[in-house]
Amino acid sequence: MSYFKMLPKTNIDFIGLRKIFFVISGIMMIACLLSVIFKGMNYGIDFTGGTVVKVQFENNIDIKDIRSALGQANVSADIQTFIGRNSFAIKVKGSQDSVNEVSHNIESALKTTNVPFSIEQTDFVGPTVGSFLAKKALMAFVLALAAMVIYIGFRFQNIIWGAMAVAALFHDVFLTIGVFSIMQLEVDLVIVAALLTIAGFSVNDTIVIFDRVRENIGLHPKWGIKELLNASVNETLSRTIITSVTVIAATAILYFMGGEVLNNFSFAILIGLISGTYSTMVLVPGLVYQWTKGGNYSVGAPADAPVAAAAESKPEAKKKSSYKRKPRKSSAK
Amino acid sequence: MNKLAIKWTIILAAIFGAVALLWPSYEWYSKTPQEREKLEASGDRPKRILNLGLDLRGGSSLLLELDVSKLSGKESLNDSMQRAIEIVRNRIDQYGVGEIPITRQGEKWISVQLPGIANPEQAEALIGKTAMLEFRIVKEDDASKEALNKLNEMDNPFNSDGTLTEEAAKLVPAGVTVMKDKQGFLVALTDTADVTGADLEDARVTTGEYGYPAVSFQFNGEGAKKFGHLTGSNLKKDLAIVLDNTVQSAPTINSRITRDGQITGQFTMDEARQLAIVLRAGALPAPVNIIEKRIIGPGLGEDSIRSGVKASLVGFVFIVLFMSIYYRFSGVISSIALLLNLVFLLALMAYFSATLTLPGIAGIILSLAMAVDANVLILERMREEKDKGQPLPIIIKEGYDKAWSAIFDSNLTTWIASLLLFQFGTGPVKGFALTLTLGLFVGVFTSVFVTRAIYDLLLTANPKEISI
Repeated sequence: MSYFKMLPKTNIDFIGLRKIFFVISGIMMIACLLSVIFKGMNYGIDFTGGTVVKVQFENNIDIKDIRSALGQANVSADIQTFIGRNSFAIKVKGSQDSVNEVSHNIESALKTTNVPFSIEQTDFVGPTVGSFLAKKALMAFVLALAAMVIYIGFRFQNIIWGAMAVAALFHDVFLTIGVFSIMQLEVDLVIVAALLTIAGFSVNDTIVIFDRVRENIGLHPKWGIKELLNASVNETLSRTIITSVTVIAATAILYFMGGEVLNNFSFAILIGLISGTYSTMVLVPGLVYQWTKGGNYSVGAPADAPVAAAAESKPEAKKKSSYKRKPRKSSAK
Repeated sequence: MNKLAIKWTIILAAIFGAVALLWPSYEWYSKTPQEREKLEASGDRPKRILNLGLDLRGGSSLLLELDVSKLSGKESLNDSMQRAIEIVRNRIDQYGVGEIPITRQGEKWISVQLPGIANPEQAEALIGKTAMLEFRIVKEDDASKEALNKLNEMDNPFNSDGTLTEEAAKLVPAGVTVMKDKQGFLVALTDTADVTGADLEDARVTTGEYGYPAVSFQFNGEGAKKFGHLTGSNLKKDLAIVLDNTVQSAPTINSRITRDGQITGQFTMDEARQLAIVLRAGALPAPVNIIEKRIIGPGLGEDSIRSGVKASLVGFVFIVLFMSIYYRFSGVISSIALLLNLVFLLALMAYFSATLTLPGIAGIILSLAMAVDANVLILERMREEKDKGQPLPIIIKEGYDKAWSAIFDSNLTTWIASLLLFQFGTGPVKGFALTLTLGLFVGVFTSVFVTRAIYDLLLTANPKEISI
């Protein structure tokens, strides 16, 4: 063997197994949906408004003492502890008009514990800010999704491919949202950035498979859609696994070593990457197959597509376009 | 020059450029925090350096909302916002803490980033003052006195901003309004103010009667004329000096005054100083409210940087090692490209004076992941060609040619999305989109253009094999 290989050449019938994966994904999606509906999300003050004071005590202190000190001052708050140090985040969610009132109350209540402490962080978010930012983020996200569907639809000559890529993206993003709901992890604006990262990775992964299908259609015009999809997934399998292992491992390092600030953020990306790898390998091809069984799966870049213009040198590009045929139709099986 | 020489000229120029762009940032961050503070205060902070967001380095940030319902309506919202930002900047500048990013966000929000201010509440008080200074004549006629008696029986005749409630306003005769003084007593006043703080030229802290700190002010020419008229025609009456709808003091007018005046009101030294600052800087077009405030202690910021940087480095080293072991020599080439990727990206961010925040790091992670993927795509294709027994130059050429369309499409798709996120997103979404937009661009350059140039250079020596 002249080089390491993680995987031998595979020939797994992913399409044949698609129904199993549909069921698995279906169960996961329903579980996530139920959790989001019944358990809800644990929104941080970025969305709900409110005050968070993060304090570090100099000596050991029992959380009960903090709770009773706050109780006596009539502050009803959630208390989050940080393992390994005497650090606590005291959160009072909900609309608050006055900037410093709640944080002052918390501070003076904690002074009654008679344990010296320092304030590491204070956040106040007014009632209108969070919902505005969330609305803007959602709008930008929807626009970005629409643009991706259109671009993929254009490049692969069929809007179904764009739609399926976005379906996979939803799967990955929603699974992450669901896990955050099930585990009641806090969702703040940084998590929104993590969800965007997941969306980006998911689409990137899907396009690599689509690209291979596009190429294989040119190389093997006689093949049916099932063979095309299976061959494409198998041929790109080692790439999918190497890339995913690398990126997932690097993110896992960020999760375990990155400290409190990066914790939830890298956890979200981690779930999304795992889900993204799974959906790319088994879900997307299955969905495309299910959708195109009727026969309409024309794929291929037109000869004058930007590929040629952007390729490194003209003669190579021209030769390249010879295996990229004009869109064609063919029926499955 | 042949093609290869051109390629390498571009690459070397990019590397030199990146180093030159990163140098000021490197110099800046190798200084001690005290040195940096000093330079910041004297305004000698280099312009084009990489900034760290408050979530990474500590500091405080305020988001202010201009209460547009209280705008006079004489100028457009944009003009009012611009004036408000200008005034907030003037007020903070008086504090002498160096350059502070103050930017407009959305329609009526102003974001103020206060790095290293030890007591943000002082800054808040400074920013939050509308500083609406007015001079009104105190009304002492019977109808006004009667109205005061009626209002005294009410629980609270005032709105939170010091104006009368609708119900209370009905009890007051025409041409009269009522405000509180600093002790909470009610005072009846003329309901128009002919002379305001807008006519001021200067304001300074001085000592008033009984040794209390006071604020002396001077009017400009126009203001002096108006003030002379007001005081001249109301001799022996009381003149109320009203700041933000609260009567500060109401001395009796003994003679006509034109240019100079003094506000006394039993101020503390701090209060007097703040008042002088806000009067000098001018009044806000409408009150601003603090709708978001975040303070991150310097300790937490440092901790999060330290562990974040450490984890990122370990993650990066892992990727480099993995690629180098799995793809051997070609993996080393990819690793060089990834390293350059990071350097170029940071250099570009320094050039744009961008601020690195947590969401920004998310964007870098995604762009790096896609750069890794581009390398893997190319290398896997090369292996496929190698398995076919092709000669080395063909392996490399085909590897790039066949991987290109996937790299192109996936990067362009994500790039389009990230441009839209940048255009329409706010706050963290924008921070994410900025690093991603730049990162994708750099990623394609390093993982396709730079690595190819390295292979092409190696091929000129006609090697038998390059381990892939």
